[in-house]
Amino acid sequence: MEHAHPDAGVSPAKLLERRNRLRSHRTQRIKESGIVSSLISATVFSVLVTLSIIFILGVETTHFFLQEEASLGEFFGQTRWNPLLGSEKHFGIWPLVCGTFLVAGIALLVAVPMGLATAIYLSEYANPRVRAGLKPALEILAGIPTVVYGFFALILLTPSLKMLHEGFGSYNALAAGMAVGILILPTISSLSEDALRAVPQSLRDGVYGLGGTQFDAATKVVFPAALSGIVSAILLAAARAIGETMIVALAAGSTPKLTLDVREEIQTMTGFMVQMALGDVSNFGVEYFSMYAVAATLFVITFALTIIGAIIRKRYREVYE
Amino acid sequence: MNRTTVPPPVVLFSPDRMRQAHRSVAKRHMVERGFRWFCLAIASSSVLLLCIFLGAILYQGLPTLSLGFLTHPPSPNAQEAGFHPAILGTVWLLVLVVFFSLPMGVATAILLEEFQPRPPIFRRLLDFVQANITNLAGVPSVVYGIVGLTAFVSMFQMFGGAMNPALEWGVIYYDQFFNEADQVLLVPISGPNAPYVEPEAGMQALTPEGQTVTVHTIGLDAPWPQDPALSQRTLRTNAMSGRINERTWYYVRIPFGRGVLAGALTLMLVILPIVIISAQEALRAVPNSLREAALGLGATRWKVVRRVTLPAALPGIMTGAILAMSRAIGEAAPLLMIAGIVFISNPPSNLMDDFTAMPLQIFNWAQRPQREFHDIAASGIITLLAVLLCFNGVAVFIRQKLHKPLS
Repeated sequence: MEHAHPDAGVSPAKLLERRNRLRSHRTQRIKESGIVSSLISATVFSVLVTLSIIFILGVETTHFFLQEEASLGEFFGQTRWNPLLGSEKHFGIWPLVCGTFLVAGIALLVAVPMGLATAIYLSEYANPRVRAGLKPALEILAGIPTVVYGFFALILLTPSLKMLHEGFGSYNALAAGMAVGILILPTISSLSEDALRAVPQSLRDGVYGLGGTQFDAATKVVFPAALSGIVSAILLAAARAIGETMIVALAAGSTPKLTLDVREEIQTMTGFMVQMALGDVSNFGVEYFSMYAVAATLFVITFALTIIGAIIRKRYREVYE
Repeated sequence: MNRTTVPPPVVLFSPDRMRQAHRSVAKRHMVERGFRWFCLAIASSSVLLLCIFLGAILYQGLPTLSLGFLTHPPSPNAQEAGFHPAILGTVWLLVLVVFFSLPMGVATAILLEEFQPRPPIFRRLLDFVQANITNLAGVPSVVYGIVGLTAFVSMFQMFGGAMNPALEWGVIYYDQFFNEADQVLLVPISGPNAPYVEPEAGMQALTPEGQTVTVHTIGLDAPWPQDPALSQRTLRTNAMSGRINERTWYYVRIPFGRGVLAGALTLMLVILPIVIISAQEALRAVPNSLREAALGLGATRWKVVRRVTLPAALPGIMTGAILAMSRAIGEAAPLLMIAGIVFISNPPSNLMDDFTAMPLQIFNWAQRPQREFHDIAASGIITLLAVLLCFNGVAVFIRQKLHKPLS
């Protein structure tokens, strides 16, 4: 018996083609694993960014606390922030935190009611024509650079407030807070609208079937059903308000104060960082490193808000089939 | 027997109850209508705000907006100040940011969307990456600025300062002499820290025109040569030199210092999460049936991406990328941390050059107390908003024209 070779009778041209195909298969596989590993390295980069933020802020903040003039107890226990002027430097973070939360609080007071009313109107009432007019306006508002809002607060809001009441300074918390509020309004309204729209129509129909009005449906059924999405939208907006820089740098002033008086000049954490970036401060002084300590505080606060928002969105989401 | 108890009739429609129900319905409808109008009023107030906003800025900025404003460098005098270096600075930043963030962002999005691994460990890892990207999008941009200050500008102080960088390419250092015939002579030296050149006879030097000449030296008190050709290349032995450098367009130093590259890398960090998230959304919008069809024909995963998913998602990716770029154009805080406010009269000529950008220049003008500077700040804002409007217009155009429904 003679065993025929499997390739016997196959024309050489065919054999060559088959070999080439096998080879190209192999090169293909090598090429693809190369591509996938480059995709993986791009993805790893995004993780590295987070790690390096934490690393840099951590190291430089430690540097700050190792300096003679600064201590952890003073940072969290003192109520004076005075790193630049005067014979004695004070590093108590609370005035900056207070200024930041004052501005963010005003912003939320402006943006939450307006944003929610806009979202409810857009999702429950608006006909396509009105929607087509409102949505682009909100998108344009969202796309305007923050430095422009700062200019707006400085040029338009502050003089108007001064006209209404004489106590307002040239720099004040209220004008800055209102401008930040307008800035975060599109965030709240568009994210809340998404949450409201995700509530199935059958729930609304149920309300109408029981004789309820659209108001009843919106406030008693749809709104509670979308609450987790709305709360996470508000938290996200709060994080943006706390991290907002250019508006407060232009309109809120540069005097750290532990006050709730909205007419006064204050300073936020971000405002302090800008002040440091503008001034010619030596690269190694304690005040330079204090900038990193403030940045670390800001990072922790916003990171916590983002994470809490994500948890709320995930855990308390009402799912309807 | 015959005791039938008649139940008392149920009064369904008494005039009293009718009136009560009617009132409650009327009241509820009134609440309904009131609420509806309230919401409409609030919602349209955002349009009103936008109008006031744009109106005020146009009113203040249009009179000072001119061709001269767009082509002149900034100046301490508001009437002569222009926006030119800021516009070109933004163009530099934008080109670099696109170059860095687009490939990185799209690659990450492709991995997250198209290469979902089967083992649960890897899957959990990707979930973590996803959560991490969402969190990065929430980090305030000023924090990125401060991180960029350490990571790019000074590079952890590991390589010396920006004035005295550890590594440099594309720069030539000269010692510069002026002689009594008002001729400039340049002697190339090895680096910024080389010892100062002493004039000696026979030394080669360059004229600013690029000619090489041999230096002729004379003593302190010797009379200056009369021959014009000789006089041009003569130096006294005690002549003092000044150190200058000439940077080429490809000049690179480590650390980067407060240059365009550091600014662009920082901006890249700011918008990378946005690019990733929008590219992911575009990829997710491609119907699965297309992928399955390609896989069924024997395509590998990468071929599916390369030939099917990516082309289908391209309009969406482009739209998202353009919107992210318009965010980058308007971003001021991180650039402020990197570049500060310095007087810049020339657009950058290499990657390490000092720079300013449109929002930075606007901030610079807006923070000054004088009203004239506020006017040109408004002109700058009009320019910036016009650029952003163009970008958004292109994005909308791409979304409308190139987007084919696939399912």
